[in-house]
Amino acid sequence: MPAAAVAADVEDGGLENWTVAVLGDAGRVRPVVAAPAPVLSRAAAEVDPTDPEVVGLAADLVATMRSSPGCVGLAAPQIGVGARVFAVDVTGHPKAVTVHGTFVLCNAVVVEASRWRPGREGCMSVPDLTGDVKRASRLVVTGQLPGTGRPVRLVADGFEARALQHEIDHCAGLLFLDRVAGAHAVYQRKVYL
Amino acid sequence: MSQLAITVIGPDRPGIVAEVAEVLARLGANLTDSTMTRLRGHFAMTLICVGPAADEVEAALHPLSADGQLLTTVRAVRADGEQPPAGEPYVLAVHGADRLGIVATVTRVLAEYGGNVTDLTTRLSGALYLIVAEVDLPPESAGLLAARLTEVAAGLDVEVTLRRADSDLL
Repeated sequence: MPAAAVAADVEDGGLENWTVAVLGDAGRVRPVVAAPAPVLSRAAAEVDPTDPEVVGLAADLVATMRSSPGCVGLAAPQIGVGARVFAVDVTGHPKAVTVHGTFVLCNAVVVEASRWRPGREGCMSVPDLTGDVKRASRLVVTGQLPGTGRPVRLVADGFEARALQHEIDHCAGLLFLDRVAGAHAVYQRKVYL
Repeated sequence: MSQLAITVIGPDRPGIVAEVAEVLARLGANLTDSTMTRLRGHFAMTLICVGPAADEVEAALHPLSADGQLLTTVRAVRADGEQPPAGEPYVLAVHGADRLGIVATVTRVLAEYGGNVTDLTTRLSGALYLIVAEVDLPPESAGLLAARLTEVAAGLDVEVTLRRADSDLL
């Protein structure tokens, strides 16, 4: 199917009126877990997005993400919780195309991925390495919002699409190290924010 | 515990990595950082290990080179650890018709601007010569260096690009 037809076929919806305030909790900043912690290498469990514990976890993810300079996404396994929940916010990032602001998704899955592009990624859970990883630059993701459990369908491009794939991978127990382009595609990280 | 720098090179065949790594593991030499690749049919390994004394490793690796195929060297090195990042990370790519002195000329220009090569690969493919290098550059030097590289590249009749190796924290 041509890309234009795909674009016309999907609806970007569900995030309207959703803000972090909906979580009703400022969240607390939690320590970020680094590899080789086993929680980062195990597929996380599906969650009930209406469970108050999941809502609290969502608030903690946002608080922890916001406390870390340059961080544009954080998944529950990164704070030691094996749950399929992550926060993303690429607002203001120079490579961002679509920007949906701050949001948290539960049980997210990729339903369409296309236009694969290489890019160099770093991860708070792998603090000293970066790697070249190919990701879809156009992505359709479905998931549920914490609190209401309302289903969401997100159409993301560019850097936001990359961030979503990185976080969905975390929930599946995968690090960017599992997807690097080759033996010479891992580097010592040189820029610390 | 001593830190050792080990090199192994020889005609490529299956099993070289396993044989070298088994010798090191048997001696309790912990392989830390290494790079191993095939260059024009030769398998080349450069390893840093922490563990026993150099002469012990040298003796243990000796049987591997007994048939005259693999060349191994072992040397004790200072354990300096990772150097802190000195500059800004860039990727340099050079390609063009092969001729003598491309690497020498380009890396001399880098050095004159305080650029430090941290990784460099060259390939000759038919008539095409390629260099890809990771370099740390002093802050604010990339613009002037790129201009100078363009001049030098014109003299060598090669194309050169210098781009920032941005990594995005996710």
